[in-house]
Amino acid sequence: MAGQVLSGWGRYPRVACRLVEPRDAEEATQAILAADSLIARGNGRAYGDAALNPQGTLSMLRQGRLLAFDPSTGLLTCEAGVLLADIVALFVPRGWFPPVTPGTKFVTIGGMIAADVHGKNHHAAGSFGNHVASLDLALGDGRVLRCSPSENAELFAATCGGMGLTGVILRASFRLVPIETSRIRQETLPARNLDEVMELFEASQAWTYSVAWIDCLAKGRSVGRSLLYRGEHARPDELPVESRGTPLASPGKATKRLPVDFPAVALNRWSVRAFNELYFHAGRPGIKIIDYDSFFYPLDAILEWNRIYGSSGFTQYQCVLPKAASPQGMRLLLERIAKAAAGSFLAVLKLLGRQDGMLSFPMEGYTLALDFRATAATFSLLLELDAIVRDHGGRLYLAKDARGGAQMLRSGYPRLDRFAAIRGAAGGNRVKFSSLQSQRLGL
Amino acid sequence: MTTSSSPSVLVLGAASDVGRAIAAEYARTGASLILAARRAARLDPDAADLRLRYAVEVRTAEFDVLDTAGHQAFLDGLGVLPDIAVCVVGLLGDQARAQNDFAAAELIIRSNYVGPASILGEIANRMEVRGGGVIIGVSSVAGDRGRASNYVYGSAKAGLTAFLSGLRNRLAAPGVRVITVKPGFIRTPMTAGMALPPLLTALPEEVGRAVVAAARRGRDVIYVRPVWCGIMAVICHLPERLFKRMRI
Ligand SMILES: Cc1cc2nc3c(=O)[nH]c(=O)nc-3n(C[C@H](O)[C@H](O)[C@H](O)COP(=O)(O)OP(=O)(O)OC[C@H]3O[C@@H](n4cnc5c(N)ncnc54)[C@H](O)[C@@H]3O)c2cc1C
Ligand SMILES: NC(=O)c1ccc[n+]([C@@H]2O[C@H](COP(=O)([O-])OP(=O)(O)OC[C@H]3O[C@@H](n4cnc5c(N)ncnc54)[C@H](OP(=O)(O)O)[C@@H]3O)[C@@H](O)[C@H]2O)c1
Repeated sequence: MAGQVLSGWGRYPRVACRLVEPRDAEEATQAILAADSLIARGNGRAYGDAALNPQGTLSMLRQGRLLAFDPSTGLLTCEAGVLLADIVALFVPRGWFPPVTPGTKFVTIGGMIAADVHGKNHHAAGSFGNHVASLDLALGDGRVLRCSPSENAELFAATCGGMGLTGVILRASFRLVPIETSRIRQETLPARNLDEVMELFEASQAWTYSVAWIDCLAKGRSVGRSLLYRGEHARPDELPVESRGTPLASPGKATKRLPVDFPAVALNRWSVRAFNELYFHAGRPGIKIIDYDSFFYPLDAILEWNRIYGSSGFTQYQCVLPKAASPQGMRLLLERIAKAAAGSFLAVLKLLGRQDGMLSFPMEGYTLALDFRATAATFSLLLELDAIVRDHGGRLYLAKDARGGAQMLRSGYPRLDRFAAIRGAAGGNRVKFSSLQSQRLGL
Repeated sequence: MTTSSSPSVLVLGAASDVGRAIAAEYARTGASLILAARRAARLDPDAADLRLRYAVEVRTAEFDVLDTAGHQAFLDGLGVLPDIAVCVVGLLGDQARAQNDFAAAELIIRSNYVGPASILGEIANRMEVRGGGVIIGVSSVAGDRGRASNYVYGSAKAGLTAFLSGLRNRLAAPGVRVITVKPGFIRTPMTAGMALPPLLTALPEEVGRAVVAAARRGRDVIYVRPVWCGIMAVICHLPERLFKRMRI
């Protein structure tokens, strides 16, 4: 079959892959049996090369069926190719919300499990894997295993965050959480520097959601200048009077599409600086009631915004540092980024809660994420950032990564050997599931 | 036609992407559905999905378009005659093989023409007796003019197109509507691996929307992307002297 040029969200790298698109579980297992080397692919929202394999890339998008919902417990069972956007659109009006959501709703449930995604509530709710009751995993030999915290528990643990390397998740059951309204009560707090924003995160531990947008170009005493947003699902009595009759109404649609690739010059350091100045002065401190799209998915309002970085594509750098090492480590990272003046419009800072997965990203401490155009200068800057992250005992997020090295992976993920052993055992010691990312990282 | 506010829709070939898309689009409007295909157990997840998303009634039924002797019994087994019947069944087959092996050609002809003519003909008779209903047949632009690359398939679709046109003519008075759908290219497994021009290629969801809109607006013949109307007008009017030397 002809290869199809695919990429992750960063549009770097772009590679011709043999794409198979099974309609159901039966066709998926046949495709797995027929392949020598294969990786599952959801909606391609991982930034780098995690969902690319030139020899075989198995799209789950035709397997997007909802299978069962129990309104007494909130347990939803669906095929792994279901989009989170569909779940949100269908279940918010019925009074349910995903237990954990990333910053875009255009991801599949399989991709959310495979990357063990975290949201603005990680400090309170943990990662998505915490809310998965069970999943059906197709292995390389055509078997399908039910995995849960009590059944094939090790394989379950390795599959949450396992980046598709243990097999293809066909179906999953997970718990939605009840909500009374579709709105969020958001409080915005300005922080003049890194110390202040870290204090605010500590003071916000009792809030369900918290995140900060940080100005990466601020220097000197202003390093870490940011706006912290914290939020709660609004109660009906907090809504404006005119919306109290329809507390679960969906937000209106207002999506724009970027018509063409932005010329790369549009994103030079002057425009970023100007944007950040505007942003920080427009971000008004205070409390407001906003719809869930504005709170969780602001970037989804601009479809295909990934083209803003031009045709060379871009990469996102996301690291986490242990909490104790964060004040010093984050300062070094931010200073280095400000000096290069190469950062994106904004970077995201968040305090994650305790967790120890095998290949799952979260650990207790601060995570920083920002975008860079994919250029040679960026890649050498990122090597410097890697060194800071490694020295402070941190790690990189595989769902964002397109360029990290094997050593960096090893230093960041001490339970890698355990992961490899479980993955090997599931595959009868024959590794069928691999991606360009896993090959690059020697996984 | 039944008086209930939500119509019932039968989809023949419901396991295909086009069938799924049409079923979903009808479910969105609140219609109840009967999904029919070979190995109908495969349709259980589709049925569950439609029920959960749209809170509509969905049933599944075993159906083989080649089993023409069983078509009466299939319809009897449904209990009630649906308000709307959509036939999506089709088989592209392999033209090169069909040229040299008549059994292969015959399968294409039976799957695209003989079988659909049998089931839709019987549904038409029953709708005529009832005095109402809508029949939607998915044919193809390939049936508008025979071409070297797929004329066995094309001739069978031509047969289906003419059959639907005749049904429409016959049943206009008793109030049974017949719609012919010529989708143009669709991105489905039937065309997997073919290099299709993006501007001429519809997604299955687009076909679903176009079909439901055509039925609502009382259209007779539709091309899914309007550009196909012009393309086929040109192709159909090329003089045979010229056309026979072309490779399109
Ligand atoms: C704008 C934006 C904001 C984001 N915000 C966040 C955030 O806040 N928090 C966060 O954690 N992440 C975030 N992400 C990353 C995103 O949530 C993850 O990359 C997620 O995995 C993407 O899901 P996908 O369905 O697109 O998967 P893909 O990108 O297609 O695949 C990602 C990985 O999952 C594997 N995979 C996919 N489906 C299956 C399956 N069925 N079985 C086995 N493996 C599978 C693939 O092999 C690959 O390794 C963000 C991404 C974007 C673009
Ligand atoms: N794809 C295109 O570009 C294109 C263009 C114009 C027209 N069309 C037409 O659009 C329709 C849908 O096509 P598609 O692209 O979705 O192709 P498809 O995936 O091959 O679907 C064809 C469907 O027909 C069913 N079918 C075949 N033989 C059958 C039989 N004996 N009994 C019952 N069902 C049978 C198949 O069922 P199984 O699942 O059991 O195999 C399948 O679901 C077809 O009529 C096709 O001719 C397609």
